[in-house]
Amino acid sequence: MAAISVNKISKSYRNIRALQEISFEVKPGELFGIIGPDGAGKTTLFRILTTLMVPEEGTATVNGLDVVTDYKEIRKQVGYMPGRFSLYQDMTVEENLSFFATLFGTTVRENYDLVKDIYQPLEKFKTRRAGKLSGGMKQKLALSCALIHKPSVLFLDEPTTGVDPVSRKDFWEMLRRLKKQGITIVVSTPYMDEAVLCDRIGLIREGEFMRIATPQEIIGSYQEILWAVRSSKMSALLAELRTFEGIKSCFSFGDTLHITVSNEQLLPATLKSILENNGHTDVDVYPIQATIEDCYMLLAK
Amino acid sequence: MLILFGMPIVQIILFGFAVTTEVQNIRLAVLDPSNDQATTEIIRELQANTYFGPVMYVHTTEEANKAFLKNKADIVLTFEENFQENLLHTGTASIQLLVDGTDPNMCKILVGYVSNILTTYQQKFSVSDRTKTQIIPHVKMLYNPQTKSAYNFVPGVMGLIFMLICAMMTSISIVREKETGTMEVLLVSPIKPLYIVFAKMVPYFVLSCVNLTTILLLSVYVLGVPMSGNLGLLVAISMLFILVALAIGLLISTIVDTQVAAMLVSGMILMLPVILLSGMIYTIESMPVLLQYASHMIPAKWYIVCVKKVMIEGLGFSAVFHEVIILFSMAVALLTVSIKLFKDRLQ
Repeated sequence: MAAISVNKISKSYRNIRALQEISFEVKPGELFGIIGPDGAGKTTLFRILTTLMVPEEGTATVNGLDVVTDYKEIRKQVGYMPGRFSLYQDMTVEENLSFFATLFGTTVRENYDLVKDIYQPLEKFKTRRAGKLSGGMKQKLALSCALIHKPSVLFLDEPTTGVDPVSRKDFWEMLRRLKKQGITIVVSTPYMDEAVLCDRIGLIREGEFMRIATPQEIIGSYQEILWAVRSSKMSALLAELRTFEGIKSCFSFGDTLHITVSNEQLLPATLKSILENNGHTDVDVYPIQATIEDCYMLLAK
Repeated sequence: MLILFGMPIVQIILFGFAVTTEVQNIRLAVLDPSNDQATTEIIRELQANTYFGPVMYVHTTEEANKAFLKNKADIVLTFEENFQENLLHTGTASIQLLVDGTDPNMCKILVGYVSNILTTYQQKFSVSDRTKTQIIPHVKMLYNPQTKSAYNFVPGVMGLIFMLICAMMTSISIVREKETGTMEVLLVSPIKPLYIVFAKMVPYFVLSCVNLTTILLLSVYVLGVPMSGNLGLLVAISMLFILVALAIGLLISTIVDTQVAAMLVSGMILMLPVILLSGMIYTIESMPVLLQYASHMIPAKWYIVCVKKVMIEGLGFSAVFHEVIILFSMAVALLTVSIKLFKDRLQ
């Protein structure tokens, strides 16, 4: 039996379609990532699965329980960490943890093993107010609180948004360890680089899944010729490449531009010399491996 | 938006109408042992005045007091014996005016009306008789002989404070959970919404009980308001009222989503009407009928009446039975509605 099964779920706010006939399944013990930009419908999907909202159409089950009719039972079995920091800012770290333990009718001691790894770095701040913690610490505390009742399914809505890169890495490390304990995890993120850390991902855009597969499958199915281009005048370069004959698309990726090439005769060296003739200096053109973000851009077109 | 445009309308109407200090349909009881031409004429003059309702005749002092205590009369006029004789021969005659002193505003207005009419009559009488005569009204304030305003505002402030603390604080504290997102986490837990609601109400209930104690101590020992009635009864009624206020706060919290809105709604639907319509500042009897009906909807009005009766007039449970029943039904109705409306989902 699937841990989560979603069947053609739709939801709108006034006249905006937030979700359009979404369907997917998550296997028990899987780490499933929902990848997409802000406003793609990730949070709405989480709220439906955590029984906070009722879908307009379609059905969904968590652990075989319907999200509409059996919502009380689901609430006992899942852990939920909302997108924004949702703990009591004026309570201390320790108070928050024991509050959530009590809320679920358990004690911190009973399930301490599960959260030990995550909570340990917080131990030395346990008398500090939750609102005064750093971003990464807050996420660790929130995760501890979501885990303290030993949920079988964990929903994490953008847990790494606003967290520094080192803490983000730590956080994913923790998720992998939790997965080993058999907890099904559904996590959403706008960061494409985190997608490869999931078992399977769903690329969501404007309330629809464009593709659901393993990250490797998605990257593997990328058929385009992909190069990275760099020069000293990036914005001029972007404008120029977008109108360049034989180049299908051009997107800015950090300090380089990723271009897909439709003209198979064109070689990186040729493009480089053309650009240099056009007045660009320090030009660099080289083929690269596609990332999830490249796949997303291609699918989103 | 509603608040922006609705507020001035409500305020203008409330202030405009409620502020009129005219009292109408004054229930007048008369004890007239002399029953002569002068007294009959004075009574006729009073009755001719639009402010006064039908006159009730009483025959003994006890009857007069009873009419007053049972709240059948607002003012009791007692003519002295041989009123006309005295007036004709000695040039002075006296009338005793018995009024309820718990509401000094109302008191002053009533006494003012009656003295006006007496002065007019006295002038007429003097003109026809060509002698200088004088009718002396002796005003006797029951319950509040010194017309201390504290007697009026202490019950009013009690109503206001509990309404504010309980309703505003409960609504804000629940809405704050919605705003900070903690409500989301609370809902996705096995805890029943009923428990969330009670957990929110209990601290404010306790807080209000502490406030009740301090207010009572202050008003008795600092302001000198008497504690004539049963303290236990007063505390019980106050707790009932606190419950009503908590339920209102809960109801507000189920309707609004932000703390600011909760505050504005509490201010709008609690503060102003409580101040204006509860009889705390403006006498309800002098308001237009429509506003008088509106004032029946204000729990604080009933509570204030209870406090006046129990604390200042020293009446027992049977005197406030009616008000207690009203408050109790309000509490039950509001609690049921707000618990029903409390959403255990986000929308």
